[in-house]
Amino acid sequence: MGYSTELKNHQNEQHKFRVRLVFLILMVLSAFSALLGRFYFLQVYRYDYYQTLAENNRISIVPITPNRGLISDRNGIILAHNFFVYTLEITPSKTDGLQDTIAELGALVEISASDLKRFKKLRAQSHTFESIPIRTHLNEYEAAKFAVNRFRFPGVELKSRLFRHYPYGTLGTHGIGYISRINENDLKQLKESNQLSNYKGTEHIGKAGVEQAYEEDLHGITGFQQVEIDADGRAVRVLSSASPTSGNNIVLSMDAKMQEIAEHEFAGRRGALVAIQPKTGEVLSMVSMPSFDANLFVDGIDFDNWNNLNNSPDKPLINRSLKGIYPPGSTFKPFVALAGLESGKRQPPFTISDPGYFTLPNSRHRYRDWKPSGHGAVDMRRAITVSCDTFFYGLAVELGIERLTDFVRHFGFGEKTNIDIQGELSGLLPTPAWKQRRYKQPWYMGETVIVGIGQGYTLVTPMQLAYATATLANNGKAIRPHLVNAIVNAKTNQVKMLPHIIADQLNLSAQNLDIVKLGMMDVTRPGGTAAAIGANAGYDIAAKTGTAQVVGIKQNEKYNEKLINERHRDHAWFIAYAPAEDPKIAVAVIVENGSHGGSTAGPIARKVMDYYLLGKVPVDPAAAQAAAAAEAAVVNAPEVEEEPHD
Amino acid sequence: MIRQWIGHFIRHIDSILLATVLMVLVVALMVLYSASGQSLLKVNAQLINIVVMLGVMFLVANTQPQHIERIALPAYLLGLALLIAVALVGDISHGARRWLNLGVTKIQPSELMKLAVPIMLSWYFSKRESMLRTADYIVAGIILLTPVLLIAKQPDLGTATLVFASGFYVIFLAGLSWKFILGSAVAFGAALPILWSMLHDYQRRRVEILIDPSQDPLGAGYHIIQATIAIGSGGTTGKGWLNGTQSQLDFVPERTTDFIFAVFAEEFGLVGCSLLLLLFTIIIGRAFIIASQAKSTFSRLLAGSIAATFFTYCFVNMGMVSGILPVVGIPLPLVSYGGTSLLTLGLSLGLLMSVQSHKRLVATD
Repeated sequence: MGYSTELKNHQNEQHKFRVRLVFLILMVLSAFSALLGRFYFLQVYRYDYYQTLAENNRISIVPITPNRGLISDRNGIILAHNFFVYTLEITPSKTDGLQDTIAELGALVEISASDLKRFKKLRAQSHTFESIPIRTHLNEYEAAKFAVNRFRFPGVELKSRLFRHYPYGTLGTHGIGYISRINENDLKQLKESNQLSNYKGTEHIGKAGVEQAYEEDLHGITGFQQVEIDADGRAVRVLSSASPTSGNNIVLSMDAKMQEIAEHEFAGRRGALVAIQPKTGEVLSMVSMPSFDANLFVDGIDFDNWNNLNNSPDKPLINRSLKGIYPPGSTFKPFVALAGLESGKRQPPFTISDPGYFTLPNSRHRYRDWKPSGHGAVDMRRAITVSCDTFFYGLAVELGIERLTDFVRHFGFGEKTNIDIQGELSGLLPTPAWKQRRYKQPWYMGETVIVGIGQGYTLVTPMQLAYATATLANNGKAIRPHLVNAIVNAKTNQVKMLPHIIADQLNLSAQNLDIVKLGMMDVTRPGGTAAAIGANAGYDIAAKTGTAQVVGIKQNEKYNEKLINERHRDHAWFIAYAPAEDPKIAVAVIVENGSHGGSTAGPIARKVMDYYLLGKVPVDPAAAQAAAAAEAAVVNAPEVEEEPHD
Repeated sequence: MIRQWIGHFIRHIDSILLATVLMVLVVALMVLYSASGQSLLKVNAQLINIVVMLGVMFLVANTQPQHIERIALPAYLLGLALLIAVALVGDISHGARRWLNLGVTKIQPSELMKLAVPIMLSWYFSKRESMLRTADYIVAGIILLTPVLLIAKQPDLGTATLVFASGFYVIFLAGLSWKFILGSAVAFGAALPILWSMLHDYQRRRVEILIDPSQDPLGAGYHIIQATIAIGSGGTTGKGWLNGTQSQLDFVPERTTDFIFAVFAEEFGLVGCSLLLLLFTIIIGRAFIIASQAKSTFSRLLAGSIAATFFTYCFVNMGMVSGILPVVGIPLPLVSYGGTSLLTLGLSLGLLMSVQSHKRLVATD
């Protein structure tokens, strides 16, 4: 009986146990079904979603930045090129403590105070996940030193990058321009012009001059590499790639040698010079003094240098040839003269007798001639030669402000020349309508009087004056000035010459032109206001001097150069073209506070013309040395590989 | 004679269980080869682990369950002593005190408890057979909760959960009243907020991130997100062996150990996952059959508990990797790389085979 109860018990036990087992089996089945459901959800229902995520995870598009096009002068001298430089860059978000990282880096490679300052400045402008250079231009030794220790520096990378370099430093900076790091504003513009994707990987963009204006040509087309990456972003292998297309090379109309001569001739004075080929509009020189070294801007200018440039009273950053606006002074007279001749108001043998001043009818106010005693009998040609103010006072009044401005506008006054780089100002050609708009005041006759000699509200840029001079030299055919002659395709070497655009075509009578031109030729001959400039030239120079008042002189007050603060002295103007019979070059020069056009601005123009027409290079030991050094720099400049990325 | 000896040895091996386990192991080695970045070194190391595991399995399969009953209490007490030692002088790694440094080697006593606890409880219930009272369940509860709490305190929530599960299955199979189970469940639900407050920050964070991985996509949620992407992108048939981009490119964390299932799911897809689930179901099913056919209380409780614990490992691991359970750090049985886990499995499988092959002997006892 005991056995049977035990057996019964045992069976009972086993039955109870099996019920529990069945419960567990059900639990297993339902749990595994839940897992299966989960797998189905992930792998079938949401497959597309996760597939995309996985693809994005593993494939990364790495841009390959194209080589920026080179910039050379009209004779092939390289003015902007690229070379490889090692830089140390930090991605702040990837470091374990930025300060520690920088401190430790500093123990390895030298990081100067200005490096730190620049880093700080750039950091303020960028996101934490962007890489910012802390040190540039590492030498091989420093690069190797870091490479060995790189494991200690998460978030710090050694990059070999193409750097823009301007071998001549300050030469022609305002025209050539410079590139600098892309900022928020640039990004916005790139976005608007749908260029953003082409700038992936590009860190620099043209900020001024040709570098800015021809950015699209110079930049090239960014290539792409599809790489498989791991979770840390390291490239594992390349899946596909599209190589970049290098930016096109640009050939300037600028003559680097002439530019150098001109800059040197300024000898530390402030001012500007523009030299143009009258028949083509090619800008041979565009000088703005003082200049600055464009290389400072390439990796982000440091604080001290920026402060020095920005706060200097000489304003080196301003391109005076395009942005400097000055009263044209007497250089305005040839154009007023033409207006008088063309309008028929002044035809030979019209002559005045100059008492040394001009008065309006019913007024006792005397508009003085620069020569208090007067020039005596003056006809049109002589009026130009001796720069007779009285003659032009009267002419302006007789023409009337409207007719005067309508005519000279054809020479580009009061309007932008539309040169192929940005930032130029349009100067000012005052009219009664303008005055009404600007000052809500009527136009006075007296204001017309002084416009006749290029004073008053009239303002021009050196570029405008050079352009007007070139147009005059070209008999009224205005060719739009341009700094770039040709764009050379980096791949095919195909040269695309830029067209010469006729901006305006004035129909001037040859006789009238002759009178003005002869008057201007006489300027550089004995008796002219710049007789010294024409001496022993070997070619005929048509020119005009001018002074632009900086400080107004009160009635009955005398301008005394010696008593006036240097910066309050008049600006000296000089315009010229040569050879007078067949003009090949037109020049406008302004020397700020240079007083007399003939003595300060004229010699600079003469040197430039001598170089261009006769091949004469001024013999100056310092200049010769600088030229030799520059020549050597080109020879020694590292070759730029065409396709550095593979 | 040798043949006879081998025949005697083989006699105790359950062919269905062994065949299924071997199939899983083959798959596991393939996945490990892929997950380790095609490292034969790792595969070889795991092969040695497998040989050890199979050796242990054969040995235990040839041991009579009665002999195992005999070591139940000493093994449990030793485990408990070691756990206390860990709590007092254990080595700290990753902020948790889990290892005991014996000078020669480091051991993790909690690992031992995964089997010592169910063996101990099975032994206890078999001793109290036919005179079970409510008090016995209380004693059993103490036997279970003492090591569980010590392990949870280390803190090692994953192992604590598993040790608790393995012991609880024994108590459940021994006939713990439904009323008590339901009551405890309700009480547990009510106590959840209190438990929550007792959890460590990182444990809470794990649960929070489980609910919403996007809270910390580059930190704590990263594992879950990447593993989920790996599984999901595998699709129906998978990307193919060695072609799982998520896994090959280092996106899947711990991909040879706890997260190896993500690698498998990415490369073999839903088809592979279903087949693996099927193999696991066969192993568990076979273990349940062994348990249901076992003739002694100790054998069937132990076999049932081992089956259910094996299931728990599978479920918790796959649930964690696929993002429906918190990340608790549990390896996938037979598949994850690692000797300890395989050793425990070898013991467990050996115990199951021992129960199966000695059932007649036990029945006549």
